[in-house]
Amino acid sequence: MSTHNITVTVNGQTHTAEVESRLLLVHLIRDTLRLTGTHIGCDTTHCGACTVLVDDRPVKSCTVFAVQADGHAIRTVEGLEQGGTLHPVQAGFKEEHGLQCGYCTPGMMMTAAALLEHNTNPTEAEIRQAISGNLCRCTGYVNIVKAIQHAAGAIRAANAATPAHGVAAVGEPATTA
Amino acid sequence: MIPSRFDYVAPSTLDDAVTLLREHGGDAKVLSGGQSLIPMLKLRLATPTVLVDINRIPGLDYVEERDGALHIGALAREAELERSAVVRARYPLLYDTASVIADPIVRNSATICGNVAHGDPGNDHPATMIALDASFLIRGASGTRTVAARDFFVGLFTTVLEPDEIVTEIVIPAPPPHSGGAYVKLERKVGDFATAAVAAQVTLGANGKCQRAGIGLTNVGPTPIRAVAAEEFLIDKPLDAGTIAQAASMAAAVAEPVADRRGSEDYKRDLVRVLATRALQKAARRARGETSTAEG
Repeated sequence: MSTHNITVTVNGQTHTAEVESRLLLVHLIRDTLRLTGTHIGCDTTHCGACTVLVDDRPVKSCTVFAVQADGHAIRTVEGLEQGGTLHPVQAGFKEEHGLQCGYCTPGMMMTAAALLEHNTNPTEAEIRQAISGNLCRCTGYVNIVKAIQHAAGAIRAANAATPAHGVAAVGEPATTA
Repeated sequence: MIPSRFDYVAPSTLDDAVTLLREHGGDAKVLSGGQSLIPMLKLRLATPTVLVDINRIPGLDYVEERDGALHIGALAREAELERSAVVRARYPLLYDTASVIADPIVRNSATICGNVAHGDPGNDHPATMIALDASFLIRGASGTRTVAARDFFVGLFTTVLEPDEIVTEIVIPAPPPHSGGAYVKLERKVGDFATAAVAAQVTLGANGKCQRAGIGLTNVGPTPIRAVAAEEFLIDKPLDAGTIAQAASMAAAVAEPVADRRGSEDYKRDLVRVLATRALQKAARRARGETSTAEG
């Protein structure tokens, strides 16, 4: 059965790998690239623990094959921190106690980061809608919402402080989908 | 969970895709959004030996209104329907439907054409496409054909599609003025299949009476069900509470639910009546211009 040579960019770094057709993206990330921050939860497309960004859009990496990611840009939770500075979403989760057991947290933060890249002032309803595909079995949603609101406020403040750099001030890609 | 082994090919044209499908016959499956297929592969409910990935074919991700119809390409994602201003303004039934499918992350990948081609009676677009009187453009190795949504669904996970055919486009006739639609779904939680859902689309005449009605039922039978008698009953009647109540009962009468963890047969049948009432009421309000999609 077929194997494929693929090239993916993960958190800005280019990787090449020979993958079997059936290798899931989450296994490429965790097992091949050893980026184990991305979690596998339900393995059935429900829980969102494995959420990563592919070309800036959240996807459940247990439900895409690695070969499909050939030529695409992936961001994982390891890519949030830049130069020793926490991403505003990470800082928000820390400040607002946005995690209990922590299992859903990487996926939750990637979804939150994607939301805030095109909406730095989401309503609570918009936040809850955005994370409705990420399940927290500790049911810690109240603090998760607060954490995302905290991050949104920090991003708005940073953007206001550095208008010359516009919305690309913190942890954002050069372009958004 | 790991799928069975398969070969993977990613053609760059539709012609190449259907040629590959013909070569491999029933052993091949089309991979588009993958949000139904990949879970089935992982559970080994499907074990194709070849996946034909159409995601590398350019130019298939459109959602656009032209020539009196909305055209949805094979690779348009559910999220595009939620983002589309024209869908929100003019196809509220379609907007409603997209916004309750699975969850927002799944909708970034899942395709509308895949949702119908999969033939799952639990999927939401089939009933909506029936209510909207949509048709599907189908490309196969021997040519192109058009099939009405109302003739497309044959049985459980079975459609009229041949193994070498791909749904390349959905065409929805643009609703005339004074039209409105709504999709009302009961789900146990975000991401679940419908316990039941009802799609309703109505057009009012100058006299305020119903000129056209489309009603489709989700997940209460082996296929989506068109409530024909209820549709016909509404014609030339004002969409008042009594008329809607009677039509909703007629819609419930043609449901074929089976008992499962989501509820008993009787419960689901009565649920169809309630959801049909709500869907028709909301569709009528929208047709009269009393409410926008955004405010439900």
